[in-house]
Amino acid sequence: MLEAMPHRAAIWNFLFGRLTIDSLPFLDNNAEGRILLVTLVVVVVIGVAILAAVTKYRKWGYLWRDWFTTVDHKKLGIMYMILGTVMLLRGFSDAIMMRAQQAVAFGPEMGYLPPQHYDQIFTAHGSIMIFFVAMAYIVGLMNYVMPLQIGSRDVAFPFLNNLSFWFTFWGAILFMVSLFVGDFSIAGWLGYPPVSEVQQGPGVDYYIWGLQLSGVGTLLTGVNFVTTILKTRAPGMTLMKMPVFSWTALCTSGLIIATFPVLTATLFLLALDRYVGTHFFTTGSGGNLMMYINLIWIWGHPEVYILILPLFGVYSEIVPTFSGKPLFAYSSMVYATIAIMILSYLVWLHHFFTMGSGADVNSFFSLTTMMISIPTGVKIFNWLFTMYRGRVRYTVPMLWTLGALFTFTIGGMTGVMLSVTPADFLLHNSLFLIAHFHNVIIGGVVFGVFAAVNYWFPKAFGFKLDEFWGKATFWFWLVGFWVAFTPLYILGLMGVTRRLSHFEDPSLQPYFIVAAFGSFLIALGILSFIIQIYVSILRRRQYAVGGDPWDGRTLEWSTTSPPPEYNFAFIPIVHERDAWTDMKAHGYERPQAGFNAIHMPKNTATGVVIGALSFACCFGLVWYIWWLAALSLVGIIAVAIAHTFNYHQDHHIPADEVHRSEQAGNWQTDAEGASA
Amino acid sequence: MNTTAVDTAHPAPREFFVRVEEPPRNGTLLGFWIYLMSDCFIFASLFACNAVLGTEYAGGPTAAEVFDLPGLAVNTALLLVSSVVFGFAMLEMARRRKGAMLGWLAVAGLLAAAFVGLEIREFLIMTAEGAGPGRSAFLSSFFTLVATHGLHVTLGILWLIVLMVQSIRFGLNEANVRRLRCLSMFWHFLDLVWVGVFSYVYLIGVLR
Repeated sequence: MLEAMPHRAAIWNFLFGRLTIDSLPFLDNNAEGRILLVTLVVVVVIGVAILAAVTKYRKWGYLWRDWFTTVDHKKLGIMYMILGTVMLLRGFSDAIMMRAQQAVAFGPEMGYLPPQHYDQIFTAHGSIMIFFVAMAYIVGLMNYVMPLQIGSRDVAFPFLNNLSFWFTFWGAILFMVSLFVGDFSIAGWLGYPPVSEVQQGPGVDYYIWGLQLSGVGTLLTGVNFVTTILKTRAPGMTLMKMPVFSWTALCTSGLIIATFPVLTATLFLLALDRYVGTHFFTTGSGGNLMMYINLIWIWGHPEVYILILPLFGVYSEIVPTFSGKPLFAYSSMVYATIAIMILSYLVWLHHFFTMGSGADVNSFFSLTTMMISIPTGVKIFNWLFTMYRGRVRYTVPMLWTLGALFTFTIGGMTGVMLSVTPADFLLHNSLFLIAHFHNVIIGGVVFGVFAAVNYWFPKAFGFKLDEFWGKATFWFWLVGFWVAFTPLYILGLMGVTRRLSHFEDPSLQPYFIVAAFGSFLIALGILSFIIQIYVSILRRRQYAVGGDPWDGRTLEWSTTSPPPEYNFAFIPIVHERDAWTDMKAHGYERPQAGFNAIHMPKNTATGVVIGALSFACCFGLVWYIWWLAALSLVGIIAVAIAHTFNYHQDHHIPADEVHRSEQAGNWQTDAEGASA
Repeated sequence: MNTTAVDTAHPAPREFFVRVEEPPRNGTLLGFWIYLMSDCFIFASLFACNAVLGTEYAGGPTAAEVFDLPGLAVNTALLLVSSVVFGFAMLEMARRRKGAMLGWLAVAGLLAAAFVGLEIREFLIMTAEGAGPGRSAFLSSFFTLVATHGLHVTLGILWLIVLMVQSIRFGLNEANVRRLRCLSMFWHFLDLVWVGVFSYVYLIGVLR
C-alpha cells in the first residue's frame, strides 16, 4: 500500500500536473464555493441549452462553414462583437459584486466576499474589460467597417484575421476556465510583482497565458490592418481622402504593432521568473520589479489610446452624418490622431510618478501628459464645429456621441489634474484615479461602441435597432455612470485607496451605497441593450432598411445592407473625401450588368485548429501538464506547416453568381434617411 | 440613388467604379516587414532589461568572467557568413537557377545550425559552471536575450527546410518566391539583431 501510493501519485502527476480534485473551488463547502457552484450550474445549463438547440436545428454545419472557418472580415467583425458582449456580461458581474461588497463591508460587517476572492474579482474585472471587452469591440468594429470604408474586398491577410479571432477567443475561454478550475490572479489587472511573482497556484499563470493568446491575436490584427490600409484602398483614395475612422484604425494598428510586442515580452519574462526561476522582477538576486512596472506601462499607456482612437473615428463619422455637413477641419483631425499616436508613447511614467524618479523625469512625463490634451481638445472642438449650424438629427448614435463628448471631456480634465505631479502624489492609487479612468473608458470607449453599434448595425444586418430601447440604454448608462462614479471622485479626494474589500470608517458608507445604486442603473442599461437587440430582431421586417439608411457619407453606405461577401460588385473609384456623398451628388447610378468574376479567399479550418491547440498548450502550461503543452506546441507547428502546402487558398465567384447576388440585394432607397 | 441632379461645376462625367477587375495587390512583403518591426520591439524590451540588469551580478560571476570572446568571434562569423550566403541564394533565385539556389540555401542553413549548436554548447558550459539563468539578474537577462535570438534562428532553419522542400516539389512559383523573400528578410533581420547582441551584451558587457 505504502509503496503503491507514490507510484500512483507519480502517474497522476504526469497526466494531470498539479491539477487535483482540490483544484475545483466549486466543491468547497463554504460561501465562495456555493457562489461558484451556482454560477457553474447556470453556465452549464445555458451551455447545454445552446448546444442542444444548435444540434436540434442542425446548425453545426452552418456555423462551421459560414462562421467558424470564415475569412470574411464582416463575419469575423460580428464574431468579435458577440465575444465582446458576452465578456461584458462577465466583466460587469464582477463589477456589481465589488460594488455590492463595498456597499456593505463596514466595521464589524465583513461583507460576503473574503479578501482572497475579492482580489481575484477586481483582477478579473480589469483584465477582462480591457482585453476581452474593449479590445474585442474595437477590433470587431475595425474589422467590419474599415475594409468597407476604404473600398476593399477584404483585409490583406484574411486567414490571419480568422486566426487572430480564435487566439482572442481561446484567451477569453482560458480566463473563464479559471473561474471553475483553480483560481485567478490577485495581482491586479496588470499583474504587478511582487504579488504576481509569489502568488502560489495557477492564478497568475492563467492570467499570463490568457493574455499571451489574446495579445498574439491582437498583434496579428495590427499587422493585418496596417497592410490592408496601405495596400488595398480603392483607386483614388489617397491617405488624405480616407475616412477618419479608417485613419484612426491605421493609427491604432500602428500603436498595436509598436506596443503589443512589449506586452508579450514582459509577460514572457514574468513567466520565466515563475517557471524557470530567473530574476527579472524578483526582490532578490539583482531583480528589479520597477522594470516590470515600466515595461508593462510602455505597453499599457499606448493601450488606452489603442482603445480610444477608433472611437474618436466613430464620432468623426457619426457627427458629420447626422449634422448633414462634412467634418470640420478634416486635416487637423488626421494630424491630431497622429499626434496622439506619437505622444501616447511618451507618457507611460505618469502611472507611477511615486516611483521616485526625480523632479526632472517626472516633469518631462507630466508635460507630455498635459500636451496630449491639446490634440484631444482639437478633436472635441472639431466635432462641436461640425455640429455648429448643422441640421443635427438626434438619433440614438448621435445621443451616444453627445453623451460621450460631455462625459469624456470631464474625464479628460480629471486626467489633466492627475498629470500634475504633486497632486498625483496624493491621488495615486486612490478612488479618484478609478473614477478618472472609468470616466474616459466608459465615457469614451463604451459610449462610442454603443454609438457605433447603433450606427452600423443596419449596415451589418439590414434592419435598424429599436429607438425606444436604444434611448433607454443610453439614459440608464449615462445617469448610471455619473451616479456610480461621482462618489468615487469624492472618496478619492478624501484619500480612500483602491482595491479594498472592507472599510472601518462608517461615514464613508453612504458614498459606496450611492455608487452601488449607480452600478444597478448601469445593469438596467445593459439589460435595455439586450432587450433592444431582441425587440429589433422580432421587428426586423418593420425596421428593414436599404443600403443607405442614415444618408451616409462614406463608401460602406454605397453597397447593400448587409453587404455581399465581396463587398462591392465593382471596386469604387474615389474622387473626393466623403466619397459616397460625392457619388450621390454626381448622379451615380448603380451598375446593373456587365459583372466580372470576383477573386476571393477560401474558408479554412486552420485557424480553428491552431486556436484550439494553443488553448490546450496554454492549459497544459498553467497546470504543469508538460506532455499536453509539448504535444500541442508540436501540433501547432505541424498544422501551420501543413497549411502552407495548400497553394489554392482562393477561388473566383463567377460573374453570373455576382449578377444574381446584385439583383437579390436590398437596394431600396431609404425614405427615412432621405427625408430626415 | 437614382437622382439625376448633375453638378454643373463638374461637367465631365465621373467614373465611379473600376469596370475591369484587377488582380488583388499582394501585401505579404510589406506585412512581413511590419511584423519584423514588431519583433524589433520584443528584442528592444529584452535589450532594455539587459541594459538595466546587466551589472546586477548578485555576488555571482561577472560578464568578464563568463564570456568566451574568441569562441564568440567564431559564432558571429558563422552567422554573418550565413547571411551573405543567403544573399547568394537569392541572386540564384532571381536567375531562376533552382539547383544553385537550393545549394546556397543548404549552406546558409548549415552555418546557422552550427551557430545554434555553438550557442547551446556555450549555455551548457555556463550552466555547468554555476552561471545558469537563475544565478543573477544579469545572467537571467543574458540567457533570455541570447536564447530568444537563438530560438528565432532555430525557427528560421525549420522554415528554411520547409521552403526547400516546397521549392523542390512545387518549383519556383510565385508563392514560393514570395516566401523565400520573406525568409531572406527574416534571416538578415536576425543578423542585425545579433550585431546588437554581440556589441552590446558581450563587448560592452565585458567592459562595464
